[in-house]
This record gives sequence, C-alpha cells and structure tokens, in this order.
Amino acid sequence: MKNVAQRAYFGKALAELGDRNKDIVVLDADLGGSTKTSDFAKVHPERFFQCGIAEQNMMGTAAGLAVSGKKVFASTFAVFATGRCWDQIRQSIAYPDLDVKIVATHCGISVGGDGASHQALEDVSLMRSLPNMTVICPADANEAYKATMAMAEHSGPCYMRMGRADFPMITGEDDEFTIGKATVLKKGKDVTLVGSGQMVSVCLEAAEILKDDGVSAEVINMSTVKPLDADTLLESAERTRCVVTAEEHSIIGGLGSAVAECLSENGNQPLVRVGVRDSFGESGDPDELMIKYGLTKEDIVFAARKAIDRKRKKKGFLWRK
Amino acid sequence: MPNEEVEFDFLKERARIIRRHVIDMTCAAGSGHPGGSLSATDILCTLYFKVMKHDPKAPQWKQRDRFVLSKGHVAPALYAVLAESGYFPVKELDTLRELGSRLQGHPSYGKLPGIEMSTGSLGQGISIANGMALAAKLDSADNRIYCLCGDGELQSGQNWEAAMLAAHYDLDNLVVFVDRNRLQTMGDTEDVLSLEPLADKWSAFGWNVIEIDGHDFAAIIKACEDAKRCRGRPTVVIANTVKGRGVSFMENNPDFHGKCCNPEQKEKAMCELEECL
Repeated sequence: MKNVAQRAYFGKALAELGDRNKDIVVLDADLGGSTKTSDFAKVHPERFFQCGIAEQNMMGTAAGLAVSGKKVFASTFAVFATGRCWDQIRQSIAYPDLDVKIVATHCGISVGGDGASHQALEDVSLMRSLPNMTVICPADANEAYKATMAMAEHSGPCYMRMGRADFPMITGEDDEFTIGKATVLKKGKDVTLVGSGQMVSVCLEAAEILKDDGVSAEVINMSTVKPLDADTLLESAERTRCVVTAEEHSIIGGLGSAVAECLSENGNQPLVRVGVRDSFGESGDPDELMIKYGLTKEDIVFAARKAIDRKRKKKGFLWRK
Repeated sequence: MPNEEVEFDFLKERARIIRRHVIDMTCAAGSGHPGGSLSATDILCTLYFKVMKHDPKAPQWKQRDRFVLSKGHVAPALYAVLAESGYFPVKELDTLRELGSRLQGHPSYGKLPGIEMSTGSLGQGISIANGMALAAKLDSADNRIYCLCGDGELQSGQNWEAAMLAAHYDLDNLVVFVDRNRLQTMGDTEDVLSLEPLADKWSAFGWNVIEIDGHDFAAIIKACEDAKRCRGRPTVVIANTVKGRGVSFMENNPDFHGKCCNPEQKEKAMCELEECL
C-alpha cells in the first residue's frame, strides 16, 4: 500500500473542477502552498483570491461570493479554518445555508513538530454542532479527490478535514464515494470498528491483529461524520453487538460522540472510543505522538477487546436476570 | 418648484413614514432597536427610493445593486423600507419578532424577499459585501454593492481585515456607509473604545473617504455619485447622524439603543412624527 498526501489529490481535483465549472472560486489565507489550493491558482489565477492571514474576513468574503452564485472553496489549516472564525461560519455561512466548502488540511496530532497550537483536535466537534453543515473526513487521498468532486455537486455548506502527512491508500480509484454514505471495508461478526480519516487504515491493521487472535472485526469507513450513516452503523452494530470508534480528534464532539449519540438512542450496544482523551497535543514525531496519545492499531485492538468483554458481561447480566 | 426639491420632499415624506413604522413595529414587538433604526432611516430611504437599481417585483434580478445591513439590529428600518418599496405587504410589518414571522429580530437570508444576507453578529457585513463586489467583478457586471455599518461595530477587527481586502482588490463597486451616531449600548463610542480619528483610519487603509451629514438627502445622493466616479478604490461614507433622530426624547439617548418606547412615549413619538422633520 503506498502512502499519499490527501491534500495533493485535493489540489488536483480542485484544478480539474476549475476547468469544468467557471463558477468555482477558491480563497486562501496565506497557506495555499501547503493546502495545495496553489494548484488551482496556477491554472485559474483570476478565480483565486488571496485573503491573507485574516480568516474571519475570508469566511465572510466566501459567503458574499456564494450568495452571488459562486461555488466557493475556502481553505487553510484546520485550526484556523474552524475555531478562528467559528462565528463567521455560523452567522454568514451555516445560518443562511450557503454553498461554501471549507476545506482544511493539517488536522489532528500527526501535524507533528508544530505542536498543540497547530494540531486541530476540536474542529469536527465545532463544525458538527452547526445546523446545515456537512462534515467529511476522507479516509485517504482517493477519497479526498472524490469528496472534492462530490462537494462541487453538493449544495450547501461543507467542512472537509485532511491530514498533513502521507497516509496509506486504502480505497481504489473506482470505489464509490457518496456524501453521507459509510462503506463496510471488511465484514466481521464479533466487533464493529468505525473509523474516520486516517484512522480507517489503522482500523484495518487492527482488524488483522484481531483476526490472528480469532476475533472477527467488521471495519466501517465513516467518511461522512455528519450526517452520520446511521443505517450502516446500526445494521452492523446489531450483528456484532459492540462498537469501537477511532478518530484523530478529541473523543469529545467528533466521530466517537456521533456514534455514541446514535447507539444510545437506538441500539445501546457497548461502545469504546479511541481518540485524544480531552487534552491538547504537543510537538514530536507524528508516529511518536500517535503512540503517546493512544491512536495506534494496538490501542484499537485493546478497545475492541474491552468492547467485546462488556458485551459478554452484558449478556451474562441479562441471562442471570 | 425645482425638481430636486420635489424629490427631497418625497424622500422626507418617505422617511417620516418609515420612522413611524419603526416606532410601531418595535412597540408591537415589545423589543428591538429603535435608536439606531431612526439614525439610519434617511440613508436607507435614499438608497432604496433613489440611488439603488433594484426591482421589488423581481428580488433576484441579477443586475440589481445589493445591500448588506451589517448593523443587523436596525432590521426594523430595513423591513419598513423593503415593505414600502413593495417587496412584501406593509401589513406584515406587524409580525416583527413573532414566532413563525419572516421578520426575524435580525435579518435572515432566504426568508424575506429583499434580504440579501443574514446579519446580526456585528462586524461581518463588509466581508460579505467584499464577496459580492468580487463576484460582480468576476462577472464583469456593473451593479454596485452597498453596505451599512454601525460605528460601534467598527471596533471589531474583522472590519479592518475586510477594509484591507477591499482596497487590495480595488473594489470600486463597493460603498460602505458608516452610521456615525456616536452611541453604542454602553454610551459614547469615544468612551467605550475610541474610534477617532475615524476618517484617517479609512484613508490609511486605502479607501476613498467622504464625510457627510447623514440626514441630508442631497449629501447622501452626492456621496453615492462621487463614489461611482472614484475608480480603483472602495468608498466609505462617514455619515454623521443622530441616534433616535426625529423623536425629541430619543435623540442622542443611549437608553433607546435596545429598548422600545412605553405606551406614553409611543404616543408622544407618533405625535412628533405626524409632520415632516
């Protein structure tokens, strides 16, 4: 499996979209070289607007363009694309339900050396709580490409988050991607592993370890965190009867919370969340950080065992009754 | 009588009707922001009844000039102007702030014809207007973008981000009016967080600056014409106004920023607004 940066495919998709659709406009806050919106700027400079290090104005400008009929992509690092301008997104984009696609790169702890100030671990939570907002966390570069194309066809506000590093390519070029639809990457019967973003590939690795131990794990790629594909989740959870979520994000407000909300209102299967446990990150090598903050395949395996254990205890309790 | 005077009489009469609506609506709702609505009334009337190219029968007409009410809390004045223009029935003004009404406490996009953007969280309007002005440039359209800001909201940093961008992209199709009534919730703007020298700030940001009496119709019209002639730069019109203008006991009184009249006050206000200023 080769490792590829999601943002490279995002930039490529954006440039292609620009050729096809003259209404596509891209806004940058002085990070286009990193987010790869520079790929669009190279071929469509007249529709690329540099807004400088001023994200609040960038979001408002995006809204003004969108309300005038443009399809706007506004891009910067996840920290600055969400928390820095949350009220602007709320008031000027989500509330009027405008066609603005906020695309963030450098999410999560794998940003590495830059440290906590640049490691967005709350962005999904911030965006998920906004009415009208769709939240997409593509699992790899192929999905980043397809999600970009899908957003161009979608009407209304979207938030897409991508990492900085090169991640394993786990989906094929021809695999289907639909906003709001989860995909089952591996069938299993003992536990459901639900991943988002780069943690989907880690879930697949964890499933291999579990398989060696005789545990059959189902792996779901929940690439749209909002709206959550409850049908796919509940269908799986009803069969396996326990669930693990894995995300490179705080366990508060992100995928783990979304799945917990869905399960507690519908199925009540035991759930264990893998994610950053209510703390800021720090500087370090991405791999070291993933270990320190509990985001490895071993952490998912441990969580799966815990979930299965709780399922068994629950069954015993019911039996004793 | 020369044509101009007839025109000003028409605007004066319109402004008087709008001011009466503002008092009526906020009293019926039991809340709202009459003070700022009254200071902005003459600017709004001049824009909608004289300056702007728009068609109430076709609110989505592509070539229309656009208006963003950055100071969203003066929605009563905007609603009254839109209704009197023919965007929706005047009778609907009575529903301000009611459950299910299209006349939300602050403007809400997509509900009421003529509302170009949701506003209310202050400091965001110029950015929206920037986006509209960029879109017009991209489309080589000759429509113009107008934005009305409060003076107090200029304390918010986003305005100055927006001011930089508008100048950087030479948005000469953009005109920002500042309703300089010098009062905000907690008192005089210069005591709360001083804005002066305000004109110098805008000049330093690269804008064409025009200062006028914001209750002088001729001056408002002339400012818009001068802005049109100014190439390569956005224009800001610092319109010196009186908060609560038109009702003696509301004028320059910060108490009426976010509070409506009681029944006796209402009677007195409506009485004063029987005749043109």
